[in-house]
Amino acid sequence: MWSMPLLQIEQMTKYFGGLRAVHDYNLQIEPGEIRGLIGPNGAGKTTIFNLITGIYPPTDGKVLFDGRNIVGLKPYQISALGLARTFQNMRLWRHMTVLEHVKQARYSKINYGLIGAFLGTPKRQEEESASARIAQELLELVGVSRFSNQVITNLPYGAQRRVELARALAIEPKILFLDEPTAGMNPEELEQMMRIIRRVHDELRMAIFLIEHRMRVVMELCEMIQTLVFGEVIAEGNPDDIRNNPAVIEAYLGEEVVT
Amino acid sequence: MAVTTGIFTNNRSRISKFITRVWEPFIPVPLLGWLFGAVLAVAIEQLFGLPLARILGLSRIPALFGVLVVLNDPTNLLLLLGVLLYDILVYILPISVAARLTIAPANWIASRLFNIQGWISAIIHILLIYGILHIWSDVSDYRLLIVRLTLIAIIFTLSLNVVNGYMGEFSCSHPGFIALGAYTASIFTVGLFINDNILGPALLPASLAALMFPIGLILGGIVAALGAILIAVPSFKTRGDYLAIISLAFTFIIKSLFENLEFVGGPRGLGNQPNLANLPTVFFWTVLSIWIINNFVRSTLGKALNAVRDDEIAANAMTVNTRRTKFVAFLFAAFWAGLAGGLFAHVIRYVNPSTFGLQMLAEVLAMVYFGGLNSVQGSIVGAVSINLLSEALRPLEIFKWIVIPLLLIVIMVFRPTGLISFKEFDFFKIIKPKRTSQKDVEYAPTAD
Repeated sequence: MWSMPLLQIEQMTKYFGGLRAVHDYNLQIEPGEIRGLIGPNGAGKTTIFNLITGIYPPTDGKVLFDGRNIVGLKPYQISALGLARTFQNMRLWRHMTVLEHVKQARYSKINYGLIGAFLGTPKRQEEESASARIAQELLELVGVSRFSNQVITNLPYGAQRRVELARALAIEPKILFLDEPTAGMNPEELEQMMRIIRRVHDELRMAIFLIEHRMRVVMELCEMIQTLVFGEVIAEGNPDDIRNNPAVIEAYLGEEVVT
Repeated sequence: MAVTTGIFTNNRSRISKFITRVWEPFIPVPLLGWLFGAVLAVAIEQLFGLPLARILGLSRIPALFGVLVVLNDPTNLLLLLGVLLYDILVYILPISVAARLTIAPANWIASRLFNIQGWISAIIHILLIYGILHIWSDVSDYRLLIVRLTLIAIIFTLSLNVVNGYMGEFSCSHPGFIALGAYTASIFTVGLFINDNILGPALLPASLAALMFPIGLILGGIVAALGAILIAVPSFKTRGDYLAIISLAFTFIIKSLFENLEFVGGPRGLGNQPNLANLPTVFFWTVLSIWIINNFVRSTLGKALNAVRDDEIAANAMTVNTRRTKFVAFLFAAFWAGLAGGLFAHVIRYVNPSTFGLQMLAEVLAMVYFGGLNSVQGSIVGAVSINLLSEALRPLEIFKWIVIPLLLIVIMVFRPTGLISFKEFDFFKIIKPKRTSQKDVEYAPTAD
């Protein structure tokens, strides 16, 4: 079993009507690996995330997570298996507090059932306070625990990003998908975010699959990088390979600049 | 701030300053102190109300703080003066004096009770509230009716708030659920315990009626929840306006269903319900519903509703089974609406299909949106104030339906989500003593 990849995707293809968004996509992620996915706007990076996490079904292909085919499962089932994600535009719940955000992601771990919810049984109190404790720890890990009783909209942007990360971590994922975790951040927030991602990876030992626009982030964090253009992987390799790959440079910078 | 201090802001700050100055001495009064004051007030009314009213030139104890009397004859200034004096002498003065004078003992008792066991203190507070309502409503049958209908309106409002506030969908099906519950409970009690010319002779001795009444109510709730499945299956596949449209249709379908069912009296309605929904019964169910609904919306399973409302895709990605969440909440809301419908039928002791129409829908929606979305105390405030207001403004006749909507518009302009919205209801926090040693005051974040 140990040799089996955590996430294995075989020839995943997606058509939106006649538009081919993703074509013959293959991926293997081992436990504990950090993998990057880069590509110009509209290349289909987020579509790949959405396909894997079950937001829409792939037209064709297989997605094996922990050896199990997860194509056709609902997003909440896939995430409960241990595949957590963040969103490009965060998708926070604007009326909820920071702590509630993180606690909410422990929904699948709740065992007290509806009776417990209606009657406030001791079992419920126990589970709720346990999940509050875990949530608080995660908020500390990403460095926003001082905001835990604030409503999310009161937080600065960088802190909201981190809450979103803590929320995804509360699922206790085996693999974490990060969709542009540093989008819209200033250099200082960027540094902090990179530190946090590395810390999460080191302390919680989870695999990370990362979409990024900023080359620096991907180059520094990832061991392996895929480059996606028009739904097809045009290059795959370690950061140095990618940096020097003429096809990647062409896709990013245009032909003339190739040296 | 310093740039513009127009006459408007000046006045407003003067008013708010005045309010703070008046309110200041009452800040350390715990809920228990207010309840002592209220007990005193209703006791005074019970003992001296009638002679006092006579002295002040009123024919009897004013039922709703005299609003009805004054509105019936708005030009009679003597009457207005009498009513004002009555309210001050019977309510405002005793309550404020008792609350102010009992600050020390009330805080002491409250903290003692609280330290023994939180829920014992809660039960004592609830019993005190019941006692106050009981004595107050003892004065006239009219008051008794109003109190019971208001308590039932709290259940209506709170259960609708679960769907329209907590879940953020727009449901119009509450009159339908209420009708289902009202008719089911009525058929249960009238059919089993009453010799009725529509439903036939009694099958069981009438002495069992009070004992079996909860079964009838719960049956009503279950039937309403079954009705809710009919709406939930087609409309929860997607979000948006579908639920509003389907649920509105449902209300009309249920109404015309009962209009055409001859065995429950058709459009003539069904009467003869036994007098089972007395004040203790209604109060018990109201407290139970508030407790259970509040428990639910504060749990992670209930908070999932807020997650679904604020971002369903994110909720789904964070392991929340959104479809199940919406289903459960909708059925749950329908259950309480149906149960309250059963109580309603036994308070009015007559049900008629036309009761459960658009007007009832408008009233319940008004209570939810006036009081505040996503909050239990908002629903209580909304239900009580709209209900009392619509009773008190009865003498205005048709103008009542101008005043109340105007009030709603004002609320929508200044507080678009209602008076008290997006607040958590924590009864233990409310009954806590207001003045204690420093370490108790320190706010510790609780688990839920």
